[in-house]
Amino acid sequence: MSSARAPEDTRALEAEVASVRFHDVGKSFGTSSRGGTRTQVLRDVSFTVQPGEIVAVVGPSGCGKSTLLRATAGLDTATEGSVTIDGSPVRDIDPRCAVGFQEPRLLPWRSITDNVALGLPRKTPASRGRKRVAELIELVGLTPHANHRPGEVSGGMAQRAALARALARNPQVLLLDEPFGALDALTRLKMQDLLLDLHRQDPTTVLLVTHDVDEALYLSDHVIVLGRPAPGEPAGIVENIEVDLPRPRSREDSDLARMRGHLLGLLGVDTTAH
Amino acid sequence: MAGLGVVLPLLVLVAWHLLSTTGVFTPIQLPSPSKVAAAGIELMRRHELWQHVGISTQRVILGFVIGSALGLVIGALIGLSRWTRILAGPTIGAIRAVPSLAWVPLMLLWVGVGENSKVILVAIGAFFPVYTTVAGALKHVDHHLIEAARSFGIHGIRLFTTVQLPAVMPSVVSGLRLALAQAWLFLVAAELVGASMGLGFLLTDSQSNGRTDRLILAIILLAILGKITDALIGIFERWTQRRWGTAPAAS
Repeated sequence: MSSARAPEDTRALEAEVASVRFHDVGKSFGTSSRGGTRTQVLRDVSFTVQPGEIVAVVGPSGCGKSTLLRATAGLDTATEGSVTIDGSPVRDIDPRCAVGFQEPRLLPWRSITDNVALGLPRKTPASRGRKRVAELIELVGLTPHANHRPGEVSGGMAQRAALARALARNPQVLLLDEPFGALDALTRLKMQDLLLDLHRQDPTTVLLVTHDVDEALYLSDHVIVLGRPAPGEPAGIVENIEVDLPRPRSREDSDLARMRGHLLGLLGVDTTAH
Repeated sequence: MAGLGVVLPLLVLVAWHLLSTTGVFTPIQLPSPSKVAAAGIELMRRHELWQHVGISTQRVILGFVIGSALGLVIGALIGLSRWTRILAGPTIGAIRAVPSLAWVPLMLLWVGVGENSKVILVAIGAFFPVYTTVAGALKHVDHHLIEAARSFGIHGIRLFTTVQLPAVMPSVVSGLRLALAQAWLFLVAAELVGASMGLGFLLTDSQSNGRTDRLILAIILLAILGKITDALIGIFERWTQRRWGTAPAAS
């Protein structure tokens, strides 16, 4: 599904970047036996995220976007098919992944520093951990607020702290579930640039679920569009759009604008109305 | 400003003095404050006052510590595990539905009138407030926080100490507050029924001897002791707020 890039030349030295492969993934809810009601929300989803790529998943609400992401993290399981990271299937909470949620989900009684430290891998030596946490806080621009508690900083800052916490895990795959969805428009744009900045310095594989078509096109190498073929039927991939433009991109780029129209059309928004 | 809290007790004291000395109440109904103070001094001279206060405080502290510790452990088991909730929840609920003082005769029969029966009763009184608040609060810990912690590989006892326990700390403290009040309530109940020492005994003994001055003294002592022990919980509460509070550190 995905274009075969040649990542070997640039990533040979950075082995800690993984590919993610979805193979005929499906998800159903409800009881399966004795004729109980069983609703299938997702069917036959197959695509591959190459090491170091940013891939966005868009689609209407309730089509199972988050299910894909949660199945990769091991927080949820697919009822059909498999999710593999570098060829090995995801079974439980996967140590190769880190998740950024729509809400910051920081522990309100811990300082920003102590929250970021929660993301550190289990066996990190204390002194190295402290240094890494300070680095990450610096990287997301929160050094002046390192000792504040989540309730004392803005929503955007809390979300940056959550991003730093995810990066503290040193993930091979970064999973972001509508990470900027709850932020105001301006903060959202800044966060997108921050994410690209972090990705340029340390090109982790990123899987991003979003509602925001502009965000998907601005950030990602591929946009996976999910949709239902007919109302009531399970969702599947409608199109896998390759965004073959170098980053950083201009938000006013004419190619992006054209893709945006096409993408919105796929999602059922009529862009010719005005 | 905190000194203003003393104004009302002083007014009560003045009113009490006036009511008892102007003949509105007979000395048997309401002895004057000075008589009550004299009764206290007399008991002190006879080394009985400290005996009553000491043994009552000891029973409350022992019963409170045992009861609330059990309440915390069993409340955590019920609140965290669906299986223990299904298995033991209804039984504990039924035991809780028994008006707790109904246990008094049974305790006297089984354990006798000694120290153990009183400490057990106080422990029963302290158990339920802690149990109920802890079990209830654990069920309502923000699932988002638990899931986020799980996604970082935190589970089991570490999940409990990192997320769940700090999250329910305010409930634990209010449970302990209630438990302490219950502990004093049960102490007096236990000592009223069968004791040869303690403030509850002082109450019944004074009643049957017509010593209203001692009776009032016992009530005042219970108020003071209740307030002091509650203040200790208050210190613990402020410590937990500094440690786990969501409010800014400078409060």
